[in-house]
Amino acid sequence: MSAVTAEHDHHDHGPAKGLLRWVVTTNHKDIGTLYLVFSLAMFFVGGTMALIIRSELFEPGMQFVNPQFFNSMTTMHALVMVFGAVMPAFVGLANWMIPMMIGAPDMALPRMNNMSFWMLVAGILLLASTFFMEGGAPAAGWTMYPPLVLQTGNALPFAIFSVHLLGISSIMGAINIIATIFNMRAPAMSLMKMPLFVWTWLITAFLLVAIMPVFAGAVTMLLTDRFFDTSFFDAAGGGDPVLYQHIFWFFGHPEVYVMILPTFGVASQIIPVFARKPLFGYSSMVFATAAIAFLSFIVWAHHMFTVGMPMAGELYFMYATMLIAIPTGVKIFNWTATMWKGAMTFEAPMLFSIAFVVLFTMGGFTGLMMALAPLDFQYHDTYFIVAHFHYTLVPASVFMIMAAGYFWLPKWTGNMYDEKLAKLHFWLSAISVNILFFPQHFLGLAGMPRRIPDYAVQFADWNMISSIGAFIYGPSQLIFVYIVYKTIKGGTGEKVTDEVWEGAKEHSLEWTLPSPAPYHTFSTPPKEVPTLSTSRS
Amino acid sequence: MSTNDAYYIPNKAVWPVVGTGGLVILFAGFANYLNGNAIGGWFMLLGLAVFIVMLAAWFTMQANESEAGQYNHGVGISYRMGMMWFIYSEIMFFAVFFGTLWYTRNLSVPWLAGVGDGPGRSSAMLWEGFKDVWPTNGPGNVGGEFEEMGAFGLPFLNTLLLLSSGVTCTWAHHGLLAKNRDQLIKGLIATVTLGFLFVGFQAIEYYEAYHEMGLTLGSGVYGSTFFMLTGFHGFHVCVGAIMLSVVLFRSWKGHFTPENHFAFEGAAWYWHFVDVVWLGLFIFVYIL
Ligand SMILES: [Cu+2]
Repeated sequence: MSAVTAEHDHHDHGPAKGLLRWVVTTNHKDIGTLYLVFSLAMFFVGGTMALIIRSELFEPGMQFVNPQFFNSMTTMHALVMVFGAVMPAFVGLANWMIPMMIGAPDMALPRMNNMSFWMLVAGILLLASTFFMEGGAPAAGWTMYPPLVLQTGNALPFAIFSVHLLGISSIMGAINIIATIFNMRAPAMSLMKMPLFVWTWLITAFLLVAIMPVFAGAVTMLLTDRFFDTSFFDAAGGGDPVLYQHIFWFFGHPEVYVMILPTFGVASQIIPVFARKPLFGYSSMVFATAAIAFLSFIVWAHHMFTVGMPMAGELYFMYATMLIAIPTGVKIFNWTATMWKGAMTFEAPMLFSIAFVVLFTMGGFTGLMMALAPLDFQYHDTYFIVAHFHYTLVPASVFMIMAAGYFWLPKWTGNMYDEKLAKLHFWLSAISVNILFFPQHFLGLAGMPRRIPDYAVQFADWNMISSIGAFIYGPSQLIFVYIVYKTIKGGTGEKVTDEVWEGAKEHSLEWTLPSPAPYHTFSTPPKEVPTLSTSRS
Repeated sequence: MSTNDAYYIPNKAVWPVVGTGGLVILFAGFANYLNGNAIGGWFMLLGLAVFIVMLAAWFTMQANESEAGQYNHGVGISYRMGMMWFIYSEIMFFAVFFGTLWYTRNLSVPWLAGVGDGPGRSSAMLWEGFKDVWPTNGPGNVGGEFEEMGAFGLPFLNTLLLLSSGVTCTWAHHGLLAKNRDQLIKGLIATVTLGFLFVGFQAIEYYEAYHEMGLTLGSGVYGSTFFMLTGFHGFHVCVGAIMLSVVLFRSWKGHFTPENHFAFEGAAWYWHFVDVVWLGLFIFVYIL
């Protein structure tokens, strides 16, 4: 691909009029916006469910909801947050940023891009509809283990088909990203000049194409076991419920990396800009990401240490899991080294990034603790695991999605956000997120099981503290909505430059474009692109 | 637009949203049907109709744009990559069921029969007398007595049919490259015919299984894996044959040139993929 762009009648020139614009659009920026707005809405839907959970757990005893509904809350909170909030937010960022970062005019397959978004909405709607059904919404946990999940009421087939729709949506989105990155780069943009956000998304897309069909296959077998007399997960017919767990976690472990790799990508874009230094160890970042992705396929049974695997299996999955700490450690080291002796300033995106590096390291270490099979027998299915994965998802994925919002909003809108309010948002979030999740480590180590609406009185104090953290964290996020809304409507009134952040041009191509970025960008490929690798050959 | 090296941005289109709507109606209808509401069946049909209309319209739009020369070389590469990774995701989908078959035969059935049991001898207590054999419908004799599906009747014939359809498909491709439209059309007709013959024979095989051999989807884990694997494969054969029929129709209308024939290539790749999956099935489901 290269050179000239033919201006022509067949070309898509501008957005359609009115609301129809958002329905039929094939523009990567429009679709990115749709994804981001949708995911923000889902973040509050899932967050409301979390607050219901924390309200019920504020004190021992049954207060607000019945146990069945409580279980629906934990299940739906997870499904909505994973498939409705975090994943779509990163797809939205990918849509907005990848074409601009690689010097392309749009995504490679724009119509499929549109379909991928609407399939996501369709899947979430199907899932949400289960709240109004006989037997209530799914309540067997987001992992949907048989045989328990097969006792779900009328919701079961809807939940399963919702997974199918979400899977189709993710696969189409991922294929589009792979084709875009391989086929639409500006001629000067060699693979090892791609910004890390692009690299991490490329690798994430490979994961998605490989795992979403696996999840679809697993839930299809749940469907046939319930409705078509099959015995895949039924010992009487020669099947095995543990098989479901193997298949689910073959999907599930790479899936959690689908949510964390783009997080790494965003951090690797933000930290160098505010440290005013090139990213330390660019190529080691790329290889570490690839290594993490590869390892993610061969460690799944660390979620199942207590199911009764043969000893050899326990040992293998334990050691393989511990290996992940190496490439992850490389990344933490590189971000820290990027900041080392940098001329740092602490705008909101940078504050969130620093909090991410610190708090994600915590979540990583508790992960390492649970990788040890003999110790996991103690932690399994307790609040310790809840604390662990929330540390890797909230102060990591969610923080970096919001950091990305602050980082790129000026580029998207041409307006500056309110830095004072953003700092307030940051400090409220960073403090409350620790009040919320840190005590859950203690609860877990003391033996409090997850997914229960009531608990023994010895767990009362830390639960109350955790709930207080939740009540600060949740409402604080409304500040973000307000800031985003205000920025779109004109922000502080200060006109931002093309570069927005001092020296950002040296890190990535999007900062060479006007702010706000026009509807179509890079109709001609850029001639020069920043060099990111510090080791020149 | 025809300059070979320019970016191409397609027009807006309403079909992605229509297709999504169709799929939702289809799935919601199916779910309702499974929950015992007969009306769900009608919604399934409606959703399917919408989906088919969408496919026809979207394909027509793409074919017209392609024939109008709007797609340059780069667009062709994007489409090919899209198809390649779509097939890869399909491979992963089948891998789940092959993996299930492997796990069942090598782990869960032996474990149920007591292989590797410790001093507790739980299997002897739970499932006394259950032997590690294949095929099996499990210690509960789920679904009752059944016969095993042999490899060297219809399945072997079907293997020959599908393999030769791969050959005729490649022969058609050679015809297309050599601008021999007659060979292209004949090759495609042969391929599509062989494909539908395969599906027909599989229907007969299923009929015999259900009515003469007592082998159903409910025949324990053997019936489950057998029908799930061959059933999904048969469905993919249908999809591939329909894709090739569309390509046949377009060839007959004079579409495609040796340089520009992504639709043919995509359908042919898909067909070969279906072919290879069948070989896997023939070995692991029927022979071993
Ligand atoms: Cu894992």
